[in-house]
Amino acid sequence: MRLSYTKALNRALTDALAEDPAVCVFGEDIGAGLAGPTLNLLDRFGPGRIVDTPLSEQAFTSMAVGAALTGRRPVIEFQIPSLLFLVFEQLVNQAHKFSLMTGGQAGVPLTCLVPGSGSRDGWAGQHSDHPYSLFAHAGMKTVVPATPTDAYGLLRSAIADPDPVVVFAPAAALPVRETVTWELAPIPLGTARIHREGADVTVVAVGHLVHDALAVAEELAPEISVEVFDPRTLHPFDWTALAGSLERTGRLVVVDDSNRSCGIGAEILATAAEEMRLIAPPRRITRPDGAVLPFALPLDRALQPHRDHLRDAVRAVMKPRSRHDEDPAR
Amino acid sequence: MTGLPDPRDLGSPAGRYRMLRLIRGFEELALGLVKSGAITGGIHPYIGQEAVAVGVCAALRPQDRITSTHRGHGHVLAKGAAPDRLLAELLGRTGGLNRGRGGSMHAADFSLGILGANGMVGAGGAIAVGAAWSARQAGEDRVAVAFFGDGALNQGVLLESFNLAAMWRLPVLFVCENNGYATTLPAATSVAGSATGRAAAFGIPAAEVDGMDTEAVRAATAEAVQRASAGGGPGFLECRTYRFEGHHTMERLMKLRYRTPEEIADWRGLDPLPRAAALLPPGLAAQLDASVAEQLAAAQEFALASEHPDPAGALDHLYADGLRPRAGART
Repeated sequence: MRLSYTKALNRALTDALAEDPAVCVFGEDIGAGLAGPTLNLLDRFGPGRIVDTPLSEQAFTSMAVGAALTGRRPVIEFQIPSLLFLVFEQLVNQAHKFSLMTGGQAGVPLTCLVPGSGSRDGWAGQHSDHPYSLFAHAGMKTVVPATPTDAYGLLRSAIADPDPVVVFAPAAALPVRETVTWELAPIPLGTARIHREGADVTVVAVGHLVHDALAVAEELAPEISVEVFDPRTLHPFDWTALAGSLERTGRLVVVDDSNRSCGIGAEILATAAEEMRLIAPPRRITRPDGAVLPFALPLDRALQPHRDHLRDAVRAVMKPRSRHDEDPAR
Repeated sequence: MTGLPDPRDLGSPAGRYRMLRLIRGFEELALGLVKSGAITGGIHPYIGQEAVAVGVCAALRPQDRITSTHRGHGHVLAKGAAPDRLLAELLGRTGGLNRGRGGSMHAADFSLGILGANGMVGAGGAIAVGAAWSARQAGEDRVAVAFFGDGALNQGVLLESFNLAAMWRLPVLFVCENNGYATTLPAATSVAGSATGRAAAFGIPAAEVDGMDTEAVRAATAEAVQRASAGGGPGFLECRTYRFEGHHTMERLMKLRYRTPEEIADWRGLDPLPRAAALLPPGLAAQLDASVAEQLAAAQEFALASEHPDPAGALDHLYADGLRPRAGART
């Protein structure tokens, strides 16, 4: 079976809705299926469970929290990643805090799905954020699948999880298709995936950047053996698997489509430096500090992690005492 | 004490008077414990507004749900929460409603449909809408009540939630406790139009009620609950009321002058307790007062004897699945 990323999300929603009557979906234009993952759900499951909402993100997110507190298992689709900024209060300050604040009386089994996070080439400053690091920092379970199979499996687990989970489907991963010869199944949150084993350098790549990392690994194969490590879940992070990878390679490069300061890449480097085996200074490739993506395509691309930077960084960590070779702006 | 109402039964004037007295006495007790330093942080006392919580909850059924506010003790008690466990919560003890993890502003008892006091103004509105939607999805006859103050009338998310509730004819009742001030800002200088006008604009039946009169609040609530339960959609009540104390306990130390002593004295003249006592046979109010005093003394004893939580458990309940996050300091 040929499976696209968006179709995998659609199948995950369909299977979850079919399996559990408590599952329901809220969002804008989901009846029509504008963004893709909710296509045909309204016809199959009806308006009682597939709820086309007015453009009131704060109220319908809060409403989903109320529904989750009282026995439902809602999924919210956010058409634009920046909409998450509008509902930071409802997600971080309410949904995430209820379990602790109520002393464990209440859980909030809510899933937020962003089917097109990060740059979509030419949608400019307010439609191009990729804010997964903010949610991982706040302590919400945060998932960034790279492949259709992972998108299916992680979305299923997110919906089944008793806590709120944010699932970021990177816009740049949506064109990915797989020939699937295996049974699609839930994949536990918090488990990393090693896409390619290697002996010299561990490249931790988040979301769509996994595909760039695989391309660079292939390209460098004659000279350097690169392990491609996909955390898949950023919180909780599979630190055990990362430590295992670094035991083998001892060298680390992280490629992360977050702003540099306080991005997940920073945390991965810090944790590796504090607790894991490193035989060379680690590197990270990110968006710049405080980046706002400009509209013009060459400018938009200029601020995102690029394969060239990754290739350079992998080579740099292979050289002893080479920490100042790289352009300091990166 | 034979012949006295069950402390949680608000079905009779005697039961309602007793609950008014319980809330008043609870708040007075809590104020003393804040002053002594036993309660850390502070509280937002409900004294003066008791008729709203008691009148509304007297018209609710056990299966109905509420969301509350930062000034939530009255709502939580009137919906049936145990005063000893609420007091233990204010004191941050393991015997508290939330095991000492929530405190005054997050007190909740999900087993009684109390979905929590809430520290963010207006946040409970759309949560109640979600609870109402949830009940309808489950085919259950449950009404959800959102309590909020006049300050919340200027929160966009609350107005958005009016739209959702009206559009989908959800069984939810919005109860605005207009105590005249959003902290120190007078409603008269912050709310354009009127509270009821805002609800009416969404096609929600809206009524203004004397929020110092328990029986009037109860009657208006009963009508709205009946309509919502029968599929008639949301309702809105503006209860005109007043808090006799400051916005929060820190205000006592600050000597603010946003309200005149005359204004406070005028509203104290409308105290809901004597009005409710006047409906009772002679002597009964005094008997109920004594019963409440006894209950509160026992509550205090329970709460102060309850254990302080072990710091090793500070992250307990952060995740419903028991996930333990990494510690902030590692050795």
